[in-house]
Amino acid sequence: MTAYLDHAATTPMLPEAVAAMSEQLSFGGNASSLHTSGRRARRVVEESREQVADALGCRAGEVVLTGGGTEADNLAVKGLFWSRRAADPRRTRVLASAVEHHAVLDAVEWLGEHEGAEVVWLPVDAVGRVDVDALRAELAAGAGTTALVSVMWANNEVGTVQPVAEVVAAAAEHGVPVHSDAVQAVGALDVDFAASGLDALTVSGHKIGGPLGAGALLLRRGVDLEPVLHGGGQERGVRSGTLDAPSVAALGTAAQVTVARRPAEAARLAELRDALVAALRDRVPEVVVRGDPDPAGRLPGIAHVTVPGCEGDSLLYLLDARGVECSTGSACRAGVPEPSHVLAAMGVPPHEARGALRFSLGHTSTGADVAALAAAVGPVVERARTAGLTTARTA
Amino acid sequence: MRVLAAMSGGVDSAVAAARAVAAGHEVVGVHLALSRDERGTTARASRSPRGRGCCTADDARDARRSADVLGIPFYVWDLSERFAADVVEDFVAEYAAGRTPNPCVRCNEKVKFSALLDRALALGFDALATGHYARVVAGLDGPELHRARDAAKDQSYVLSVLPPERVARALLPLGDAEAKHEVRSEARERGLAVADKPDSHDICFVPDGDTRTWLSARIPRRRGAVVDTAGRVVGDHGGAVGFTVGQRRGLRLGEPAADGRPRYVVATSVADNTVTVGAAEDLDVDVVAAGGVTWCGPAPRRGDALGAQLRAHGAEIGCVLVAAPGPGDDSLRVRLGTPARGVAAGQTLALYDGTRVVGSATVTGARPDRSR
Repeated sequence: MTAYLDHAATTPMLPEAVAAMSEQLSFGGNASSLHTSGRRARRVVEESREQVADALGCRAGEVVLTGGGTEADNLAVKGLFWSRRAADPRRTRVLASAVEHHAVLDAVEWLGEHEGAEVVWLPVDAVGRVDVDALRAELAAGAGTTALVSVMWANNEVGTVQPVAEVVAAAAEHGVPVHSDAVQAVGALDVDFAASGLDALTVSGHKIGGPLGAGALLLRRGVDLEPVLHGGGQERGVRSGTLDAPSVAALGTAAQVTVARRPAEAARLAELRDALVAALRDRVPEVVVRGDPDPAGRLPGIAHVTVPGCEGDSLLYLLDARGVECSTGSACRAGVPEPSHVLAAMGVPPHEARGALRFSLGHTSTGADVAALAAAVGPVVERARTAGLTTARTA
Repeated sequence: MRVLAAMSGGVDSAVAAARAVAAGHEVVGVHLALSRDERGTTARASRSPRGRGCCTADDARDARRSADVLGIPFYVWDLSERFAADVVEDFVAEYAAGRTPNPCVRCNEKVKFSALLDRALALGFDALATGHYARVVAGLDGPELHRARDAAKDQSYVLSVLPPERVARALLPLGDAEAKHEVRSEARERGLAVADKPDSHDICFVPDGDTRTWLSARIPRRRGAVVDTAGRVVGDHGGAVGFTVGQRRGLRLGEPAADGRPRYVVATSVADNTVTVGAAEDLDVDVVAAGGVTWCGPAPRRGDALGAQLRAHGAEIGCVLVAAPGPGDDSLRVRLGTPARGVAAGQTLALYDGTRVVGSATVTGARPDRSR
């Protein structure tokens, strides 16, 4: 028996999505072809696109289908930068929060290193929420030179929800477009693209019970975007590549089902998450729970903690050996959890950040998963503490 | 037993892990991330391309694939801080002080059989398995470290720094291997993709194998004189640091020796910034002094006849322990039965009794036997 507490990494596909995908896998057809098979595939793609649009409050024509969240983030950040700079060469600044996912973070860094972008990382407070005053100050100092703003909807490590509405309002005063990576938010929070006022929003299939390798960039009508992928001109030239009808069908189904279930499911997960945190605090009183203590300010299904005196990868191994699967939350490089840039931006000292663990709940989570963690975590922490911070210098 | 198998991504450690599994142990694989890029984060393939070494992203992937095939859990642990401090910085500091260290010995002493083993024991493992060619044999006074069955592959030298309690925790499944090709064919039979992966040779943290250039970027150098054994200046050098006793290449002496024979570095002095060259026989030494003794088992006594090995793949030379460590003293001296050529301070002197590793010490000096 495995307690899977890593839904923020990926969550199992919904049975409805598996069914939709399986059905389409037995058909052929290129959605760009003009014959009957092509028309059939095209119809599946368009109906699925409408499902995504319907679930997320946008028009079908605003859904750009991609090969996942990372691609959508790259398309938004690079595409907006290039088109904004092409329209006015002075626009070379990119303003992004310091706690973005690497798909945004590294794309922005790449623009800085290779395209001459001036990168401004917007600071966050101790719970990981971006400082909107800092954004306003940056915009006031140079709105005419700013290409775009990118602030995620909710953070993937600590679960803190960002003040997207305030960010959009601040940028709108200066006519600067805003992108938001909503990969963790869709299905957990009320994400309405039209109401948000955003210009671009990233969705990932496998975080919402859909397939891996499928995602979308919601792109407001009229917003100009330079493509990253060139080729057959699909997706109105913004994203070339033959559309993957089976994956798109599963993405549409997952978006529809997950969003429809969201209110009840979010409440269920919030309760489960509170039980998980209570169990952790009971077994390991010294854990420090990170992120926003106010439930309104965080994702319902994420609990992020640091365990003093323990190494994250020792904790991971020991929990895994007892059938509890979780994450340190930060990105891995060649299998090694990197020091978390999110915790660093929140002002968490490096030695505390090393003992980070992220537990994330999803549609298959039950009280049994929490019970399994509760049963394992006490001895695990005790043992990990004995192993100590062995990688620290001895000198 | 619960065994943690250190998996470098090479064929030896993969087969060692496989043999531990086959022996019925509960095995978990671990790859050590040891290198760091300029940003202080663990090296990532895309940003710091490194074609070789024991710690690249490719090696981590190879190790992971082997663990998959063996059906064992696999993790990558970041020991790069310890490696940087205890191996890389130590290597530079030793060279800067005019000594010639062996970083593999240091890595086994400070990282693999120290930081990693400590962590493994704390996490509930009973032993650490590695792909070293050496044997742990039950002896009267506890486990003993012995040379591998295949003398050509023997690596007991780089483990000679392990004290008895560390030897007791080492599981070395390749010690009984007949030969390297046996290990490779076993890897093939077990479906391990690393079966034909080339052996690693050079120092893993020196990317292109050019140690002198690598050192010159880390140790300030100034030009100085190359002198012969009579004190005559016969050339100049870019800095005494980085020259090693016994070295022949890279001297670039303008005029040949009077007798036309090749010349070697016979001594270096970082303090005087001089490099002394001489003929091959000027390198011959009979008495070797060493400090920082570690015994792998029972300590030998003064007058004991032992075997001495001075390099990782050097020959064993018969010797007599002429001075043994006393109270408050961890130094020793051996007289070699036949002269050794080119012994530099900093090298590890490993001592053997038959195939048993007696212990080791770090060379502090060597000289011809004037009584002879």
